[in-house]
Amino acid sequence: MFQYTFHWRPILNALPDMLSGAWVTIQIAVLSMLIGTIAGVLLALARQSSNKILSGFATAWVEGARNTPALFQVYMVYFGLGSLGIHLDSYPSLLIGIAFNNAGYLAETFRGGLRAVPPTQMRAARSLGMSAPKAFVYVVLPQMFRIVFHPMTNQMVWAVLMTSLGVVVGLNTDLTGITQELNVKTFRTFEYFAAAAVIYYLISKVITLTARLIAWRVFRY
Amino acid sequence: MIEIRDVHKSFGQLEVVKGVSMSVAKGEVVSVIGGSGSGKSTLLMCINGLEPIQKGNIHVDGIDVHARGTDLNKLRRRIGIVFQQWNAFPHLSVIENVMLAPRKVLGLKRSEAEAIAEQRLKHVGLGEKLKVYPSQLSGGQQQRMAIARALAMSPDYMLFDEVTSALDPQLVGEVLETMRMLSSEGMTMIVVTHEIAFAREVSNRVAFFHSGRIREIGPPEQVIGSPQQAETITFLQSVL
Repeated sequence: MFQYTFHWRPILNALPDMLSGAWVTIQIAVLSMLIGTIAGVLLALARQSSNKILSGFATAWVEGARNTPALFQVYMVYFGLGSLGIHLDSYPSLLIGIAFNNAGYLAETFRGGLRAVPPTQMRAARSLGMSAPKAFVYVVLPQMFRIVFHPMTNQMVWAVLMTSLGVVVGLNTDLTGITQELNVKTFRTFEYFAAAAVIYYLISKVITLTARLIAWRVFRY
Repeated sequence: MIEIRDVHKSFGQLEVVKGVSMSVAKGEVVSVIGGSGSGKSTLLMCINGLEPIQKGNIHVDGIDVHARGTDLNKLRRRIGIVFQQWNAFPHLSVIENVMLAPRKVLGLKRSEAEAIAEQRLKHVGLGEKLKVYPSQLSGGQQQRMAIARALAMSPDYMLFDEVTSALDPQLVGEVLETMRMLSSEGMTMIVVTHEIAFAREVSNRVAFFHSGRIREIGPPEQVIGSPQQAETITFLQSVL
Protein backbone atom coordinates (compact mmCIF):
# COMPACT_ATOMS: atom_id res chain seq x y z
CA MET A 1 0.00 0.00 0.00
CA PHE A 2 2.92 2.41 0.45
CA GLN A 3 3.82 2.89 -3.18
CA TYR A 4 5.22 6.38 -2.74
CA THR A 5 8.86 6.75 -3.65
CA PHE A 6 10.56 9.35 -1.49
CA HIS A 7 12.96 11.44 -3.57
CA TRP A 8 15.96 12.82 -1.73
CA ARG A 9 17.50 14.74 -4.63
CA PRO A 10 14.94 17.57 -4.77
CA ILE A 11 15.43 18.13 -1.04
CA LEU A 12 19.20 18.31 -1.39
CA ASN A 13 18.87 20.69 -4.32
CA ALA A 14 16.45 22.88 -2.44
CA LEU A 15 18.33 22.83 0.88
CA PRO A 16 20.35 26.04 0.36
CA ASP A 17 17.17 27.97 -0.49
CA MET A 18 15.31 26.45 2.44
CA LEU A 19 18.09 27.30 4.85
CA SER A 20 18.13 30.91 3.72
CA GLY A 21 14.36 30.83 4.27
CA ALA A 22 14.97 29.45 7.74
CA TRP A 23 17.20 32.45 8.44
CA VAL A 24 14.36 34.82 7.52
CA THR A 25 12.06 32.79 9.76
CA ILE A 26 14.46 33.16 12.67
CA GLN A 27 14.81 36.89 12.01
CA ILE A 28 11.06 37.44 12.10
CA ALA A 29 10.69 35.32 15.23
CA VAL A 30 13.46 37.14 17.10
CA LEU A 31 12.24 40.58 16.08
CA SER A 32 8.66 39.72 16.97
CA MET A 33 9.84 38.54 20.39
CA LEU A 34 11.83 41.71 21.03
CA ILE A 35 8.87 43.88 20.11
CA GLY A 36 6.49 41.53 21.93
CA THR A 37 8.56 41.59 25.12
CA ILE A 38 8.77 45.39 25.27
CA ALA A 39 5.09 45.77 24.39
CA GLY A 40 4.22 42.96 26.81
CA VAL A 41 5.91 44.70 29.76
CA LEU A 42 4.14 47.95 28.90
CA LEU A 43 0.81 46.14 28.54
CA ALA A 44 1.27 44.36 31.87
CA LEU A 45 1.89 47.73 33.51
CA ALA A 46 -0.93 49.41 31.61
CA ARG A 47 -3.40 46.76 32.78
CA GLN A 48 -2.62 47.67 36.39
CA SER A 49 -2.94 51.36 35.66
CA SER A 50 -5.69 53.36 37.33
CA ASN A 51 -6.15 55.21 34.04
CA LYS A 52 -9.28 53.60 32.55
CA ILE A 53 -8.38 54.34 28.94
CA LEU A 54 -4.91 52.87 29.35
CA SER A 55 -6.06 49.72 31.16
CA GLY A 56 -8.99 49.32 28.75
CA PHE A 57 -6.68 49.52 25.76
CA ALA A 58 -4.31 46.97 27.27
CA THR A 59 -7.14 44.61 28.20
CA ALA A 60 -8.58 44.80 24.67
CA TRP A 61 -5.17 44.00 23.17
CA VAL A 62 -4.55 41.06 25.49
CA GLU A 63 -8.05 39.65 25.03
CA GLY A 64 -7.88 40.01 21.25
CA ALA A 65 -4.43 38.48 20.96
CA ARG A 66 -5.25 35.49 23.16
CA ASN A 67 -8.75 34.68 22.05
CA THR A 68 -8.63 34.92 18.26
CA PRO A 69 -6.66 32.77 15.80
CA ALA A 70 -3.16 34.05 15.08
CA LEU A 71 -4.00 33.60 11.41
CA PHE A 72 -6.77 36.20 11.69
CA GLN A 73 -4.42 38.57 13.48
CA VAL A 74 -1.96 38.42 10.60
CA TYR A 75 -4.85 38.82 8.14
CA MET A 76 -6.06 41.88 10.01
CA VAL A 77 -2.69 43.58 9.71
CA TYR A 78 -2.33 42.80 6.00
CA PHE A 79 -5.89 43.03 4.66
CA GLY A 80 -7.63 44.80 7.53
CA LEU A 81 -5.23 47.74 7.62
CA GLY A 82 -5.11 47.53 3.84
CA SER A 83 -8.81 48.25 3.56
CA LEU A 84 -8.24 51.26 5.84
CA GLY A 85 -5.72 52.53 3.33
CA ILE A 86 -2.59 51.42 5.23
CA HIS A 87 -0.83 49.04 2.88
CA LEU A 88 1.99 47.03 4.41
CA ASP A 89 4.19 44.46 2.71
CA SER A 90 4.00 40.81 3.63
CA TYR A 91 7.08 40.86 5.84
CA PRO A 92 6.08 43.78 8.10
CA SER A 93 2.50 42.52 8.21
CA LEU A 94 3.59 39.12 9.46
CA LEU A 95 6.06 40.67 11.89
CA ILE A 96 3.44 43.01 13.36
CA GLY A 97 0.84 40.25 13.51
CA ILE A 98 3.10 37.90 15.43
CA ALA A 99 4.46 40.67 17.65
CA PHE A 100 0.85 41.57 18.49
CA ASN A 101 0.15 37.98 19.42
CA ASN A 102 3.38 37.62 21.42
CA ALA A 103 2.72 40.84 23.32
CA GLY A 104 -0.76 39.66 24.31
CA TYR A 105 0.43 36.34 25.66
CA LEU A 106 3.56 37.74 27.26
CA ALA A 107 1.61 40.53 28.96
CA GLU A 108 -0.33 37.94 30.92
CA THR A 109 2.81 35.97 31.70
CA PHE A 110 4.52 39.16 32.89
CA ARG A 111 1.54 40.16 34.99
CA GLY A 112 1.81 36.89 36.87
CA GLY A 113 5.58 37.28 37.11
CA LEU A 114 5.31 40.77 38.53
CA ARG A 115 2.92 39.55 41.19
CA ALA A 116 5.42 36.92 42.21
CA VAL A 117 8.07 39.55 43.03
CA PRO A 118 7.43 40.52 46.67
CA PRO A 119 6.21 44.14 47.00
CA THR A 120 8.82 44.59 49.74
CA GLN A 121 11.46 44.59 47.00
CA MET A 122 9.97 47.73 45.51
CA ARG A 123 9.70 49.24 48.97
CA ALA A 124 13.34 48.48 49.78
CA ALA A 125 14.47 50.03 46.51
CA ARG A 126 12.35 53.13 47.06
CA SER A 127 13.68 53.47 50.60
CA LEU A 128 17.16 53.90 49.11
CA GLY A 129 15.98 56.93 47.19
CA MET A 130 15.32 55.22 43.86
CA SER A 131 12.46 56.59 41.81
CA ALA A 132 9.63 54.18 41.00
CA PRO A 133 10.74 53.66 37.37
CA LYS A 134 14.35 53.03 38.43
CA ALA A 135 13.28 50.63 41.14
CA PHE A 136 11.12 48.81 38.59
CA VAL A 137 13.88 48.54 35.99
CA TYR A 138 16.76 47.60 38.28
CA VAL A 139 15.08 45.62 41.03
CA VAL A 140 11.66 44.29 39.98
CA LEU A 141 12.13 43.61 36.26
CA PRO A 142 15.27 41.42 36.50
CA GLN A 143 13.55 39.24 39.09
CA MET A 144 10.42 39.02 36.95
CA PHE A 145 12.41 37.88 33.92
CA ARG A 146 13.80 35.00 35.87
CA ILE A 147 10.34 33.92 36.95
CA VAL A 148 8.90 34.10 33.42
CA PHE A 149 11.95 32.82 31.58
CA HIS A 150 10.58 29.40 30.69
CA PRO A 151 7.15 30.61 29.55
CA MET A 152 9.04 33.13 27.40
CA THR A 153 11.00 30.30 25.83
CA ASN A 154 7.72 28.61 24.92
CA GLN A 155 6.49 31.82 23.38
CA MET A 156 9.69 32.09 21.36
CA VAL A 157 9.10 28.61 19.94
CA TRP A 158 5.52 29.60 19.18
CA ALA A 159 6.77 32.70 17.40
CA VAL A 160 8.94 30.57 15.13
CA LEU A 161 6.06 28.27 14.28
CA MET A 162 3.66 31.18 13.75
CA THR A 163 5.93 32.66 11.09
CA SER A 164 4.60 29.92 8.80
CA LEU A 165 1.42 32.03 8.61
CA GLY A 166 3.32 34.44 6.38
CA VAL A 167 2.37 32.27 3.43
CA VAL A 168 -1.24 33.47 3.67
CA VAL A 169 -0.20 37.09 3.14
CA GLY A 170 2.11 36.27 0.28
CA LEU A 171 5.46 36.04 2.08
CA ASN A 172 7.75 33.92 -0.09
CA THR A 173 11.12 34.43 1.54
CA ASP A 174 10.68 32.57 4.83
CA LEU A 175 10.95 28.81 5.24
CA THR A 176 7.27 28.09 4.61
CA GLY A 177 7.08 30.58 1.75
CA ILE A 178 10.07 29.06 -0.01
CA THR A 179 8.80 25.54 0.61
CA GLN A 180 5.44 26.48 -0.85
CA GLU A 181 7.05 27.96 -3.96
CA LEU A 182 9.12 24.84 -4.50
CA ASN A 183 5.98 22.79 -4.03
CA VAL A 184 3.92 24.55 -6.67
CA LYS A 185 6.79 24.28 -9.13
CA THR A 186 7.48 20.59 -8.67
CA PHE A 187 4.63 19.05 -6.64
CA ARG A 188 7.06 17.13 -4.45
CA THR A 189 4.84 18.19 -1.56
CA PHE A 190 5.74 15.46 0.89
CA GLU A 191 9.50 15.81 0.43
CA TYR A 192 9.59 19.57 0.79
CA PHE A 193 7.23 19.89 3.70
CA ALA A 194 8.86 16.98 5.52
CA ALA A 195 12.21 18.69 5.11
CA ALA A 196 10.76 22.03 6.24
CA ALA A 197 9.19 20.32 9.28
CA VAL A 198 12.58 18.91 10.26
CA ILE A 199 14.14 22.36 9.96
CA TYR A 200 11.37 23.92 12.11
CA TYR A 201 11.89 21.15 14.63
CA LEU A 202 15.62 21.78 14.76
CA ILE A 203 15.17 25.53 15.14
CA SER A 204 12.76 24.97 18.03
CA LYS A 205 15.12 22.53 19.69
CA VAL A 206 18.05 24.90 19.37
CA ILE A 207 15.96 27.66 20.98
CA THR A 208 15.02 25.47 23.92
CA LEU A 209 18.60 24.34 24.45
CA THR A 210 20.00 27.85 24.07
CA ALA A 211 17.46 29.09 26.59
CA ARG A 212 18.58 26.46 29.05
CA LEU A 213 22.18 27.53 28.53
CA ILE A 214 21.31 31.20 29.05
CA ALA A 215 19.35 30.40 32.20
CA TRP A 216 22.26 28.42 33.58
CA ARG A 217 24.70 31.23 32.78
CA VAL A 218 22.61 34.23 33.83
CA PHE A 219 20.56 33.06 36.80
CA ARG A 220 23.37 32.38 39.19
CA TYR A 221 21.41 33.15 42.28
CA MET B 1 16.58 66.60 63.65
CA ILE B 2 13.41 64.60 63.19
CA GLU B 3 10.25 66.23 64.52
CA ILE B 4 7.04 64.26 64.64
CA ARG B 5 3.94 66.26 65.50
CA ASP B 6 0.54 64.76 66.26
CA VAL B 7 0.79 62.13 63.52
CA HIS B 8 -2.27 60.06 62.72
CA LYS B 9 -2.06 57.14 60.34
CA SER B 10 -4.86 54.84 59.23
CA PHE B 11 -5.08 51.82 56.98
CA GLY B 12 -8.62 52.17 55.66
CA GLN B 13 -10.88 52.38 58.70
CA LEU B 14 -8.23 51.14 61.07
CA GLU B 15 -6.28 53.86 62.81
CA VAL B 16 -2.91 52.49 63.89
CA VAL B 17 -1.09 55.67 64.88
CA LYS B 18 -3.29 57.97 66.95
CA GLY B 19 -1.53 61.22 67.50
CA VAL B 20 2.14 60.67 68.11
CA SER B 21 4.58 63.48 68.82
CA MET B 22 8.26 63.13 69.48
CA SER B 23 11.54 64.51 68.29
CA VAL B 24 14.93 62.99 67.74
CA ALA B 25 17.99 65.21 67.88
CA LYS B 26 21.14 64.75 65.85
CA GLY B 27 23.32 62.02 67.31
CA GLU B 28 20.56 60.65 69.48
CA VAL B 29 19.51 57.01 69.64
CA VAL B 30 15.84 56.55 70.40
CA SER B 31 14.40 53.07 70.85
CA VAL B 32 10.73 52.40 70.34
CA ILE B 33 9.30 49.46 72.23
CA GLY B 34 5.78 48.11 72.59
CA GLY B 35 3.53 45.21 71.69
CA SER B 36 2.74 44.01 68.18
CA GLY B 37 0.26 46.23 66.40
CA SER B 38 1.01 49.21 68.60
CA GLY B 39 1.90 51.29 65.52
CA LYS B 40 5.63 51.58 66.08
CA SER B 41 6.74 50.06 62.77
CA THR B 42 4.11 52.03 60.88
CA LEU B 43 5.46 55.25 62.34
CA LEU B 44 8.92 54.42 60.96
CA MET B 45 7.47 53.98 57.45
CA CYS B 46 5.89 57.40 57.78
CA ILE B 47 9.17 59.09 58.68
CA ASN B 48 10.71 58.50 55.25
CA GLY B 49 7.38 58.81 53.44
CA LEU B 50 6.98 55.15 52.50
CA GLU B 51 3.54 55.47 54.06
CA PRO B 52 1.34 58.57 53.80
CA ILE B 53 -0.18 60.04 56.94
CA GLN B 54 -3.68 61.38 57.51
CA LYS B 55 -3.00 64.10 60.03
CA GLY B 56 -0.10 65.93 61.65
CA ASN B 57 3.33 66.38 60.14
CA ILE B 58 6.86 65.08 60.20
CA HIS B 59 9.86 67.32 59.60
CA VAL B 60 13.33 66.02 58.85
CA ASP B 61 15.87 68.83 59.14
CA GLY B 62 13.05 71.26 58.56
CA ILE B 63 11.72 69.49 55.44
CA ASP B 64 8.05 68.56 55.69
CA VAL B 65 8.07 64.90 54.61
CA HIS B 66 4.42 64.71 53.66
CA ALA B 67 4.01 68.14 52.09
CA ARG B 68 3.11 68.27 48.42
CA GLY B 69 6.17 68.94 46.34
CA THR B 70 8.65 67.38 48.75
CA ASP B 71 11.17 65.36 46.75
CA LEU B 72 10.93 62.09 48.66
CA ASN B 73 13.58 60.39 46.55
CA LYS B 74 16.02 63.09 47.53
CA LEU B 75 14.97 63.02 51.17
CA ARG B 76 15.31 59.23 51.39
CA ARG B 77 18.98 59.42 50.44
CA ARG B 78 19.54 60.88 53.87
CA ILE B 79 17.33 58.47 55.80
CA GLY B 80 18.45 54.87 55.72
CA ILE B 81 16.01 52.17 56.76
CA VAL B 82 16.52 48.52 57.53
CA PHE B 83 13.55 46.18 57.51
CA GLN B 84 12.57 43.20 59.57
CA GLN B 85 12.67 41.01 56.46
CA TRP B 86 16.06 42.37 55.31
CA ASN B 87 14.79 42.53 51.67
CA ALA B 88 18.06 41.71 49.96
CA PHE B 89 17.90 42.00 46.18
CA PRO B 90 18.26 38.31 45.33
CA HIS B 91 19.42 38.82 41.74
CA LEU B 92 22.44 40.89 42.74
CA SER B 93 25.61 39.82 44.51
CA VAL B 94 26.33 41.28 47.94
CA ILE B 95 28.52 44.09 46.62
CA GLU B 96 26.07 44.84 43.78
CA ASN B 97 23.26 45.09 46.34
CA VAL B 98 25.20 47.80 48.13
CA MET B 99 26.41 49.52 44.94
CA LEU B 100 23.02 49.78 43.26
CA ALA B 101 21.68 52.91 44.94
CA PRO B 102 24.97 54.86 44.89
CA ARG B 103 25.21 54.17 41.17
CA LYS B 104 21.61 54.67 40.09
CA VAL B 105 20.58 57.34 42.59
CA LEU B 106 23.78 59.29 43.20
CA GLY B 107 25.13 58.59 39.70
CA LEU B 108 28.53 57.44 40.94
CA LYS B 109 30.93 55.66 38.61
CA ARG B 110 31.24 51.93 38.97
CA SER B 111 34.67 52.16 40.59
CA GLU B 112 33.55 54.82 43.06
CA ALA B 113 30.44 52.88 44.06
CA GLU B 114 32.52 49.74 44.38
CA ALA B 115 34.95 51.45 46.74
CA ILE B 116 32.11 52.72 48.95
CA ALA B 117 30.33 49.37 48.94
CA GLU B 118 33.48 47.49 49.83
CA GLN B 119 34.23 49.87 52.68
CA ARG B 120 30.70 49.61 54.11
CA LEU B 121 30.62 45.84 53.79
CA LYS B 122 33.97 45.51 55.55
CA HIS B 123 32.61 47.80 58.23
CA VAL B 124 29.75 45.39 58.97
CA GLY B 125 32.08 42.39 58.77
CA LEU B 126 31.17 41.11 55.32
CA GLY B 127 34.46 41.87 53.57
CA GLU B 128 34.84 38.21 52.63
CA LYS B 129 31.40 37.91 51.06
CA LEU B 130 31.49 40.57 48.34
CA LYS B 131 30.87 38.33 45.32
CA VAL B 132 28.43 35.98 46.98
CA TYR B 133 24.67 36.05 46.36
CA PRO B 134 22.33 36.85 49.28
CA SER B 135 20.81 33.36 49.16
CA GLN B 136 24.19 32.01 50.25
CA LEU B 137 24.23 34.20 53.37
CA SER B 138 22.72 33.52 56.77
CA GLY B 139 19.87 35.73 57.95
CA GLY B 140 22.21 37.69 60.18
CA GLN B 141 24.64 38.27 57.33
CA GLN B 142 21.82 39.35 55.02
CA GLN B 143 20.64 41.77 57.66
CA ARG B 144 24.12 43.21 58.05
CA MET B 145 24.30 43.52 54.26
CA ALA B 146 21.02 45.45 54.38
CA ILE B 147 22.58 47.78 56.95
CA ALA B 148 25.63 48.27 54.70
CA ARG B 149 23.30 48.94 51.76
CA ALA B 150 21.57 51.71 53.68
CA LEU B 151 24.90 53.10 54.92
CA ALA B 152 26.25 53.26 51.37
CA MET B 153 24.08 56.32 50.78
CA SER B 154 25.86 58.03 53.70
CA PRO B 155 22.58 58.80 55.46
CA ASP B 156 22.22 61.24 58.33
CA TYR B 157 19.59 59.07 59.98
CA MET B 158 19.08 55.35 60.29
CA LEU B 159 15.74 53.72 61.01
CA PHE B 160 15.64 50.11 62.19
CA ASP B 161 12.38 48.21 61.98
CA GLU B 162 12.58 45.18 64.28
CA VAL B 163 15.68 44.10 62.44
CA THR B 164 16.35 41.10 64.67
CA SER B 165 12.79 39.79 64.96
CA ALA B 166 13.02 37.43 62.00
CA LEU B 167 16.44 36.06 62.91
CA ASP B 168 17.41 32.84 64.60
CA PRO B 169 18.38 33.61 68.21
CA GLN B 170 22.07 32.84 67.67
CA LEU B 171 22.24 35.38 64.81
CA VAL B 172 20.72 38.28 66.75
CA GLY B 173 23.99 39.15 68.49
CA GLU B 174 25.98 39.98 65.35
CA VAL B 175 23.31 42.37 64.09
CA LEU B 176 22.99 44.10 67.45
CA GLU B 177 26.77 44.38 67.54
CA THR B 178 26.71 46.20 64.19
CA MET B 179 24.05 48.59 65.46
CA ARG B 180 25.98 49.17 68.66
CA MET B 181 28.98 50.12 66.55
CA LEU B 182 26.90 52.60 64.55
CA SER B 183 25.55 54.26 67.67
CA SER B 184 29.05 54.57 69.07
CA GLU B 185 30.03 56.34 65.85
CA GLY B 186 27.37 58.94 66.56
CA MET B 187 24.75 57.85 64.03
CA THR B 188 21.29 59.24 64.70
CA MET B 189 19.04 56.23 65.02
CA ILE B 190 15.44 55.30 65.67
CA VAL B 191 15.30 51.66 66.64
CA VAL B 192 12.02 49.81 66.78
CA THR B 193 12.88 46.69 68.72
CA HIS B 194 11.83 43.89 71.00
CA GLU B 195 15.36 43.61 72.39
CA ILE B 196 14.73 45.41 75.66
CA ALA B 197 18.22 44.87 77.04
CA PHE B 198 19.71 46.30 73.86
CA ALA B 199 17.37 49.29 73.96
CA ARG B 200 18.36 49.96 77.52
CA GLU B 201 22.04 49.77 76.68
CA VAL B 202 22.34 51.91 73.54
CA SER B 203 19.44 54.36 73.73
CA ASN B 204 19.48 57.94 74.91
CA ARG B 205 15.74 57.69 75.20
CA VAL B 206 13.14 54.96 75.03
CA ALA B 207 9.54 55.42 73.87
CA PHE B 208 6.91 52.92 74.89
CA PHE B 209 4.07 52.59 72.35
CA HIS B 210 0.67 51.32 73.29
CA SER B 211 -2.33 51.17 70.92
CA GLY B 212 -1.06 53.86 68.59
CA ARG B 213 0.15 56.31 71.21
CA ILE B 214 3.32 57.00 73.14
CA ARG B 215 2.57 56.07 76.75
CA GLU B 216 5.93 56.80 78.18
CA ILE B 217 9.10 58.35 76.85
CA GLY B 218 12.34 59.18 78.59
CA PRO B 219 15.81 57.87 79.45
CA PRO B 220 16.02 54.07 79.51
CA GLU B 221 16.67 53.89 83.22
CA GLN B 222 13.35 55.68 83.71
CA VAL B 223 11.11 53.95 81.11
CA ILE B 224 12.64 50.49 81.41
CA GLY B 225 14.17 50.82 84.89
CA SER B 226 11.25 52.33 86.74
CA PRO B 227 8.20 52.59 84.47
CA GLN B 228 5.32 54.70 85.73
CA GLN B 229 2.42 53.59 83.52
CA ALA B 230 0.49 50.39 84.14
CA GLU B 231 0.72 49.34 80.45
CA THR B 232 4.50 49.81 80.42
CA ILE B 233 4.88 47.68 83.53
CA THR B 234 2.67 44.94 82.10
CA PHE B 235 4.52 45.00 78.79
CA LEU B 236 7.95 44.86 80.37
CA GLN B 237 6.93 42.05 82.67
CA SER B 238 5.72 40.05 79.65
CA VAL B 239 8.93 40.45 77.67
CA LEU B 240 11.66 40.45 80.26
